[in-house]
Amino acid sequence: MLKIDRLKVRYGGIEAVKGISFQVPERQIVTLIGANGAGKSTTLRTIAGLIKPAEGHIYLQEEDITGLTPDRIVSKGITLVPEGRHVFPDLTVLENLKIGAYLRKDDLSEDLKWVYDLFPRLKERSWQAAGTLSGGEQQMLAVGRALMSRPKIIMMDEPSLGLAPLVVKGIFEIIKEIHAQGVTVLLIEQNANMALHTADLGYVLETGKITLSGSGRELLANEAVKKAYLGS
Amino acid sequence: MLEKKSNKTAWLGFGFAAALLALVVLLENLTLFLPAAALPKQLLPTSMLFTVLKKGAVYSLVAVSMNLLNGFTGLFSLGQAGFMLLGAYTYAILTVPADVRDSVYYLYGGSAVKFSLQGIFASFLGSEGPGGAVSLFLGVLLGLILAGCVAALFAWLIGLPVLRLKSDYLAIATLGFAEILRAVFQWQALGPVTNGANMIKSFPTFSSFNVKVGGKVVLYLSTFVPFLVAIVCITIIVLLINSSYGRAFKAIREDEIAAEAMGINLARHKLLSFCISAFFAGVGGALFAMYANNAQAMVYTSTMTYEILLIVVIGGIGSISGSCIATFFYVACSEWWLRFLDQEIVLKNGFKVPFLRNGFRMVVFSVVIMIVVLFFRKGLMGDKELPDLFRRRRRKETTAK
Repeated sequence: MLKIDRLKVRYGGIEAVKGISFQVPERQIVTLIGANGAGKSTTLRTIAGLIKPAEGHIYLQEEDITGLTPDRIVSKGITLVPEGRHVFPDLTVLENLKIGAYLRKDDLSEDLKWVYDLFPRLKERSWQAAGTLSGGEQQMLAVGRALMSRPKIIMMDEPSLGLAPLVVKGIFEIIKEIHAQGVTVLLIEQNANMALHTADLGYVLETGKITLSGSGRELLANEAVKKAYLGS
Repeated sequence: MLEKKSNKTAWLGFGFAAALLALVVLLENLTLFLPAAALPKQLLPTSMLFTVLKKGAVYSLVAVSMNLLNGFTGLFSLGQAGFMLLGAYTYAILTVPADVRDSVYYLYGGSAVKFSLQGIFASFLGSEGPGGAVSLFLGVLLGLILAGCVAALFAWLIGLPVLRLKSDYLAIATLGFAEILRAVFQWQALGPVTNGANMIKSFPTFSSFNVKVGGKVVLYLSTFVPFLVAIVCITIIVLLINSSYGRAFKAIREDEIAAEAMGINLARHKLLSFCISAFFAGVGGALFAMYANNAQAMVYTSTMTYEILLIVVIGGIGSISGSCIATFFYVACSEWWLRFLDQEIVLKNGFKVPFLRNGFRMVVFSVVIMIVVLFFRKGLMGDKELPDLFRRRRRKETTAK
């Protein structure tokens, strides 16, 4: 569904992503794992259009979307849940969700119901300012907000960042649930164990290059991955 | 249920606006029903009260337009006086009646603009009686709209490069732009259009709207007019803020990265907000020219911008009703209530009250501002609106039960 072809991204003179290619098949959970500074976030931000790639192409369903502006990419069906949640703190939960659907001009009530069904917590707090929510609730809101654009692919940048293990578990349950409802998920994670257990397909990114790929199970069994990311 | 609630608030708002307008008309026309001797002198048409009300209406529009940009979109711009100047001059240049143009522009041998807007309407509606009144109304209305459009056009032109800047840098750039405009409008070479450093006058002002029969005023509308225009404009701004565009502006204020990731085109929305703010500042500038009975560039200094910024800060950044309340409070203090501080007072026994002399008012004002900044950092209203306050109280009551 999403195809990345020899993508290179530079910050000034420094090459952060050094020509990576990978695919995200439809209706699968795909994960990119790697250490800090491997270029995971940069890759996602480039796909979302927030950064312009230096070289290479990004295809969504055979259509070249390289270098489009972020609003065009969102309307094509790719939404990013940014790292560190980034909810709008002074707006209410409901307003946050409505902004997620900003580019859509049709009726939102069904999608609101969908998101509220996925996250009953948000419904209880729909009039509360987003800044007053707990970290886990804010992450739910960030995911819900992204879902409001009715994406084909939802990209999540470190959804487990700074959350308690139990909450992380909940977030991954929700990722599975979203996936079960037909949304393709591209996930990047430090928590490689969780990510690989959830993912259908995984890629290992090291200093801007993909060094390994395979199904989640294969990577979990791989000695190099075990040593570098799973700590066993 | 949600829809119903917002509907109710909207109706309350309209009711409030209508009541306010009716009150203004009533206050203004008390002299027509009651003998002048029976009225306290504060209610005579010459009273400071009406000056304050007029200036307050004008300033509240400008303050709200600034709040739209600074409070809701989070762009710290200090160009408001510049846009007011553009609006004031556009309005003045286009509405000076054709027959007095030569005397207004006498230093430059007549005006480069030979027509007036109300003159154009009068040419097919007639200049006497009701036709004249309608053409005056249409001419002024068109003048106000064009004033806003010119300001918005300039905002668009300078917004393209300037809005790439952030926070302080944006403030400096817009401040500089306003100062440049002020200099350009006083430039001799533009004399036939802008009347150089001299003021443009004789255009229709608020008192032109007083209904006169045989030289005697039968209905005062000179305070009603600025209130009407300000209320209409502020209503439009409020509707905008509550629309999906308003939500996008707030999203940009809160978090640019997330707003962009949600598909909000940052450059376009910032420019849009900048232009809309400039439009209403332009209308406000035209109203200010009507209030002052003249248009002259030297009035629209950065001090004026700071005054408005002060109002916005005192009222609460991000609160429309806060801006309006603070405006009237500020204008009443600076024009009326604190005037006595500027006059020397000598008591009967020869005791001279210390400190009271010309300029002391501003000192007191500065102290008030320092108190606000130190102890009421969120302003009078924070980012709440008037209805929110009542709503909260009601909720508290129900939980208490």
